[in-house]
Amino acid sequence: MLRIPCPWCGERDEAEFRYRGDATLARPGADAGLAAFTAYTYERANPRGWHLEWWLHAGGCRRLLKVERHTLSHEIRWVGTPAESPAAAAGGRPA
Amino acid sequence: MTGPARIAAGLLTRAGTPLAFRFDRRALTGLDGDSLASALLANGIRLVGRSFKYHRPRGIVTAGAGEPCGLVDLSGPGGREPNVLATTLPLAAGLVAESQNRWPSLGFDLLSLNDRLARFLPAGFYYKTFMAPGWAWERVYEPLIRRAAGLGRLAPAAGGHGPHAEILHDHADVLVVGAGAAGLAAARELGLAGLRVVVAEEGVLAGGGTTLEPRFDAWRTSLVEALAALPKVRLLTRTTVLGAYGHGVFGALEHLSGAERVAHAGLRERLRVIRVRRLVLASGAAERLIAFPGNDVPGVMLAGAAHTYLRHHGVAVGRRPALFVNSDEAYAAAFALAAAGVRVAGVVDPRPGSLAADRARALGIEVHAGAVVAAVAGRCAVRGVRITELDGSRPRWLEADSLLVSGGYTPATALASQAGGGLLWQDAIAAFTPALDPRIGRAAGAVHGAVGVAAAARDGSAVGRSIAIELGAAPAGAPGPALPDDPPATALSPLWEVRGRGKAFVDLQNDVTADDVRLAEREGYAHVEHMKRYTTHGMATDQGRTGGLVGSAILAAARGLPVAAVGQARPRPYLEPVPFAALAGSDVGMHYRPTRRLALHDWHDAAGATFVPTGLWLRPLVYSRTSGWEPVLEEARAVRRSVGITDVSTLGKIDVQGPGAARFLDHVYANTFSTLAVGRARYGIMLREDGLLLDDGTTARLGSQHFIVTTTTANAAAVLEHLEFQLAANCAHLEVLLTDVGDHWAQFAVAGPDSRAVVQEVAGGLDLSNEAFPFMAAAGATIAGIPGRLFRISFSGELAYEIAVPATHALPVWQALLAAGRPFGIRPYGLDALNTLRIEKGHVTTAELNGNASADDLGFGRLLKPQGDFVGRTLAARPGLGGPERLRLVGLRPVDRRRRLRNGAQLVAAAAPRASVGYISSSTPAVALEGWVGLAMLADGRNRHGERLTAVSAVHGEETPVEVLSPHFYDPENARVRA
Repeated sequence: MLRIPCPWCGERDEAEFRYRGDATLARPGADAGLAAFTAYTYERANPRGWHLEWWLHAGGCRRLLKVERHTLSHEIRWVGTPAESPAAAAGGRPA
Repeated sequence: MTGPARIAAGLLTRAGTPLAFRFDRRALTGLDGDSLASALLANGIRLVGRSFKYHRPRGIVTAGAGEPCGLVDLSGPGGREPNVLATTLPLAAGLVAESQNRWPSLGFDLLSLNDRLARFLPAGFYYKTFMAPGWAWERVYEPLIRRAAGLGRLAPAAGGHGPHAEILHDHADVLVVGAGAAGLAAARELGLAGLRVVVAEEGVLAGGGTTLEPRFDAWRTSLVEALAALPKVRLLTRTTVLGAYGHGVFGALEHLSGAERVAHAGLRERLRVIRVRRLVLASGAAERLIAFPGNDVPGVMLAGAAHTYLRHHGVAVGRRPALFVNSDEAYAAAFALAAAGVRVAGVVDPRPGSLAADRARALGIEVHAGAVVAAVAGRCAVRGVRITELDGSRPRWLEADSLLVSGGYTPATALASQAGGGLLWQDAIAAFTPALDPRIGRAAGAVHGAVGVAAAARDGSAVGRSIAIELGAAPAGAPGPALPDDPPATALSPLWEVRGRGKAFVDLQNDVTADDVRLAEREGYAHVEHMKRYTTHGMATDQGRTGGLVGSAILAAARGLPVAAVGQARPRPYLEPVPFAALAGSDVGMHYRPTRRLALHDWHDAAGATFVPTGLWLRPLVYSRTSGWEPVLEEARAVRRSVGITDVSTLGKIDVQGPGAARFLDHVYANTFSTLAVGRARYGIMLREDGLLLDDGTTARLGSQHFIVTTTTANAAAVLEHLEFQLAANCAHLEVLLTDVGDHWAQFAVAGPDSRAVVQEVAGGLDLSNEAFPFMAAAGATIAGIPGRLFRISFSGELAYEIAVPATHALPVWQALLAAGRPFGIRPYGLDALNTLRIEKGHVTTAELNGNASADDLGFGRLLKPQGDFVGRTLAARPGLGGPERLRLVGLRPVDRRRRLRNGAQLVAAAAPRASVGYISSSTPAVALEGWVGLAMLADGRNRHGERLTAVSAVHGEETPVEVLSPHFYDPENARVRA
């Protein structure tokens, strides 16, 4: 079970959160067209390694968080608000 | 008497009172402190069950949770419980146990024929044999397999008693798994450093290997006392850590002792969810078997288990035991038995010589050095063993009534593997130790490769100190008490298998033999994880603790590789079988899930309502306790004729405020809200980004920057989450505040031609005329003296108002409305009548808005705003959502007005081919029309009005001719709602 350090509430169990998908995707502009919206809605990279994700703290402050998680080790190395981005952190795997 | 094999006072049974129990209908006596296994062994009972596949006679093999054979059925007041481990089950007065997997009796079992047919039952047998023809699987193979397979028999529990288990949450700095020498020493260091520590010990006693020799007693007692004196250290015995779940979260199962069960009203287990910063894995090492022909005959047991039964329970597992061991440590059992006066038949040791062999000879114990056990005589009990030199020469006979085996010690690495740790091969112990990420934790003691209890304690101390420092705590200054030094020892010599005629088992619980492992390799299942699945080796409840590594070694030999290159299969959670009752904890019965009750629940109840669960809510279905449609239709008729009132408080309500509120609603709704005038409401539909409908509802504008959004009951939580996500992720530039006010407001619909007069009575001086307060008007209003809100919206198709007041004031307002309506014959109506009214009107609910429908499918295509962006806009226009094959909303009536409709009935053309072209989503007897009406989703439905189809309900055996119509059966011009 993930333990997610919510910037507002502190470290909490994954069970309090709702996974809301890939946070690297930006919603296309209004007239971007069918292909762009199809990609935004359906196409996912499924990376092996660090991944930026949306998690909604539904059982807590109900804020939407950006979480940088390693898909192999589940390590979480950064949590921020939607407006923030992880510092240009070096990629790679945790020890 | 507590059994002929009880020869001494045991550590656990010393003060024990005699307890009567039954095994396979035999009345026996054991001692308080016994496990069922020790009590059976004390009574000289060897044969305790039949094996899974071959139905071979089996006896007790271990003294703990890794037991592969000693599984029994337990009968008690709570019902019948199968697959209980005799080795961990505390003996209780009146306990009734039965052996498993035998018919008609344990001594004579018909299916033991399988053993003779073994040649025809190889590994992968099911995959190879039960193939074609396909029909035979259901009718022949599966019933046969089901009768032959399985272990215990499950019976429905008697029920009617309280929860068997509870779930607790623990938070600490460090979890120490195992309270052996290493675990105790580590916990002491961590506790003295001021850290919060949970120590979980699987066994009844803390101490592990130190419980086996009296000379360790003083050390163990002082450590346990030291821990008890540390307020932040908790030592939990009978507690198995079941799995590692990442981020320092572990699950553990605590079995309550008999006294605790009595004190806690029959509670049996505690499931603990333990959250820590670091793990100390001091789980020890499990003694492993050696694969040789007959290594499963009752009386063949692990040497350490025999040692445990002697020391803990005072039970000698045999009068004349032989040993077959390959390490100096395993000789301890022989020394202890000899010291207790048992005549040891001899020790068979493949090593040419060792320090332990010298000590044994000095005690008068015969040692057969450089020898192995090649065969075991006896079927239901050991009669003797045939031994040979390593090369098979010089066969000779050794008379013995039991055989104590030790092939070395395999570190219990399962939790480390689950925590993502790798495995490191250690030649010194011929086994793997875990490689844990130090940020997760550290291994200590035997699991870390330490040999001997003093070495384990030293390792535990060192690991405890390291972790204390890593966590920023100050370690204790003084070293703890020391254990007597481990005796000097000669190294273990790996021995996995003695090949010969007969079955040599690597997995006693799943009946997997060394030959099965080689067969898997020959047939291409050479990876250790493939071999595991092909042979089922290690897939039983004991997870192959006694033979897992032996299987790996035999596989490695077959592949010509070192064991280190083959590895061992990764055990998954749980490390021991967990009763479902423990997972449920106290969340059973009415606590299975929360129940949401309306503010007026008690009023509805007193008014005779029958409640229906909708999601978590309990809603009034109809104000009658008798079944049948008539009470429902009476309620619906009241609305059509005069006036009715219903509680719609379960609708989701979201308060949207801020300068960006209108633009935000334009983004999430497919239709426009920025043009909505203050004091007006509008019906809106929301799409998902994939273009399909998410939800519908009425949204009112209470101020230029203030809206109240209404959602369906079913989607209230999902819509709130959707809005929160859209606001944070895609509309961060808008200044908007979302507040869930669903529970704050009670809401009632007053519907019917007389509703204006009723509402006027309670709404003070508000002008409710059509001109002043038209259809879709919204306003703040004082209702029966309570500040609230008034909306002129209608779900029933009649002139109607919805009144919202703070939930704490629900009752006086509801009662004032009833009083005002009394002259008009007002009736409360429930969910069924609400449904009747909306189906007649052609309004949809989640039965139609089911996640598969597009706006166009339900006739909302014209609501989609032509200009401006909104969620789902682009994908709603994709070609796949426009074709004639789409299921579209239509109305249905049976051609014969006396016939009824069925929800879920499939629609087929009246003539062949009878492929389904749609289905009935909602139906009801009508009050405004004759007979039944229904809504249906029908392919190309809008172009089929007037067509005749057949509604087929295979469940009810009904075929009903129906006609397709517009879904708006009642007042299609909307004249009544605007009246």
